[in-house]
Amino acid sequence: MSAELLYSKDHEWVRVESDGVAVIGVTDYAAEQLGDVVYVDLPEVDDEITAGTEMGEIESTKSVSDLFSPLSGTVLEINDAVVDTPELVNSSPFEEGWLLKARFEQLPDDLLSAEDYKAFTES
Amino acid sequence: MTASPEHAHDSFVRRHVGTDPDTQRHMLEVLGYESLDEMLTAAVPHTILLDTEGQGGAGSAASIVPEGITEPAALAELRALADRNTVRRSLIGLGYHGTHTPAVIQRNVLENPAWYTAYTPYQPEISQGRLEALLTFQTMICDLTGMDVSNASTLDEATSAAEALMLARRTAKRNGNVFLVDADTLPATKAVLKGRADGLGIELREVDFATEGAPEGEYFGALIQYPGASGRVWDPRDVISEVKSTKAVAIVSADLLALTMLASPGTLGADVTVGTSQRFGIPLGFGGPHAGFVAVRKGLERQLPGRLVGVSVDAEGNPAYRLSLQTREQHIRREKATSAITTAQVLLAVMAAMYAVYHGPEGLTRIGRTVADRTAALADLLRRSGFELVRESFFDTLEVRATGVAADLSASLRDAGYLVHTGGDDIVHLSLDETITPADLEAISAAFAPHAPNPGQELQDADSGSGWDGLVREDPFLQHPVFSSFRSETAMMRYLRRLADRDFALDRGMIPLGSCTMKLNSATEMAGITWAGFNALHPFAPARTSRATSR
Repeated sequence: MSAELLYSKDHEWVRVESDGVAVIGVTDYAAEQLGDVVYVDLPEVDDEITAGTEMGEIESTKSVSDLFSPLSGTVLEINDAVVDTPELVNSSPFEEGWLLKARFEQLPDDLLSAEDYKAFTES
Repeated sequence: MTASPEHAHDSFVRRHVGTDPDTQRHMLEVLGYESLDEMLTAAVPHTILLDTEGQGGAGSAASIVPEGITEPAALAELRALADRNTVRRSLIGLGYHGTHTPAVIQRNVLENPAWYTAYTPYQPEISQGRLEALLTFQTMICDLTGMDVSNASTLDEATSAAEALMLARRTAKRNGNVFLVDADTLPATKAVLKGRADGLGIELREVDFATEGAPEGEYFGALIQYPGASGRVWDPRDVISEVKSTKAVAIVSADLLALTMLASPGTLGADVTVGTSQRFGIPLGFGGPHAGFVAVRKGLERQLPGRLVGVSVDAEGNPAYRLSLQTREQHIRREKATSAITTAQVLLAVMAAMYAVYHGPEGLTRIGRTVADRTAALADLLRRSGFELVRESFFDTLEVRATGVAADLSASLRDAGYLVHTGGDDIVHLSLDETITPADLEAISAAFAPHAPNPGQELQDADSGSGWDGLVREDPFLQHPVFSSFRSETAMMRYLRRLADRDFALDRGMIPLGSCTMKLNSATEMAGITWAGFNALHPFAPARTSRATSR
């Protein structure tokens, strides 16, 4: 876990890269709960995503979960490496296992700090 | 329950329920009951017991269920039923065609308990034979359709089309709610698509793609019949590329035998191809079941419904087969599964695959070409006899303009032993298949003669291919060695035996997994499925000819 990141209660992390652009991924906590990830279904570039709604799917050897967008915006780029090698979500959730980049106007108010997210997952 | 005839020496019950009267008596004694009825009455809540006495209490089963009969008596009853159906050679087509089941396949697959009593191949270690046969089915479908991945299998062509509709809906989520259906689609496919679309709130829109092209407006998928139900052979390339340019899914419903001669849907650009393997050795069977298929291009394989066999390695690193993705459907995706379809037609898919193994690419091509050439010869004769054909580009199906005399023609053909489909008073629709011999062509021609403006014409050889410009198949298919290794009956029999030996089915012992597909199909029950009285009926044969089956 990283202190510079923001977190959603749906276990996505958000890293603001530059003005209005953020990288999105799933947290190490989520990756661990999912088990070995075998397939990631992501939206397409230019798709609109909306905070708190489904933007894709993540499938492991034991379950399938919806991916909920942590913010509202437009998809700029998706991580082809994670589509080809889904196990990156397990091995490197915060670095190589990032999912997509999106442009946003404003971040939702309910994103958590690292500390609050930690407390949330332990509660 | 202990009275005869249920327990007569060769009664059905006696042969298929494991306990004999002595054992039952002993078990009842231990439990403290006088009779099975008494035990049932004690064990089953009164509210669900059948009330045969009008007293609110238990009734005896014997008073409701007819008396049991012996196996010979059951066979005799079945035989009498089969004899009440009138079987004529079907030229009706419309998705169901005559075919020869090679005897080696009928005897060694269809009638062999090693194949028909096997459970779903969830346990690959006891299913390698069937999994190899199903992989062969998938290879055959991929080769002929030009697609990358095929399932094995679905219930029939119409079900496959409905599954493809749902696949398109999942894939092109953002393309609205309309699905386009070719006006020239097979009637059974149209009917099943309608049922599925109604249930899902999808709007079906019928389009005559061959004449109108792809329409403007928003839609998420389109199904094109190739060749058309009317027999029409036309080039759907432009329609397919138009459909794909809107990000909708282009589905082709194709005839496998036609694909031995015509360009594959894959080379025409299709995203998905559906169809049936019925005319590869599976009897008509009054409409099914037959092994259908859904095949997709790369990128859509995760959306594929039904079962999919893949190649993996065993614990020692040797190649081994197992189900892929499908177990994921039922055991991992569960309520998020791409389809509720868990049913496959394994036995029939195996038969169709083995038909292709036995004939090979050159055999299938010869069958396809012969059907097409004979259709061309019949078309030529009908033209010279003064009939007009609705379309001049066809594979195996003709629509003959017979103004005012369609019913008379149909009657003449029926008297000669053939069933055709008529479109109103003016159109006779007929499809040829691999069972049609030169003698049949003569008989069919003779039935047309009395209604012909210029009777007295002779049949002449003709070449198929008129109007197939740009659609003649050029790429090879079935190049895997399995499709060229077993040409003699002995070789085929041994191959089938070798595959069966790798499986564990009820013919060897109890299968420790069981559910709806625990297949104890008794030999008596299986007997009827190979009788023409049941299996040679076309589903659209006139009702009076299928009275016994419809009873």
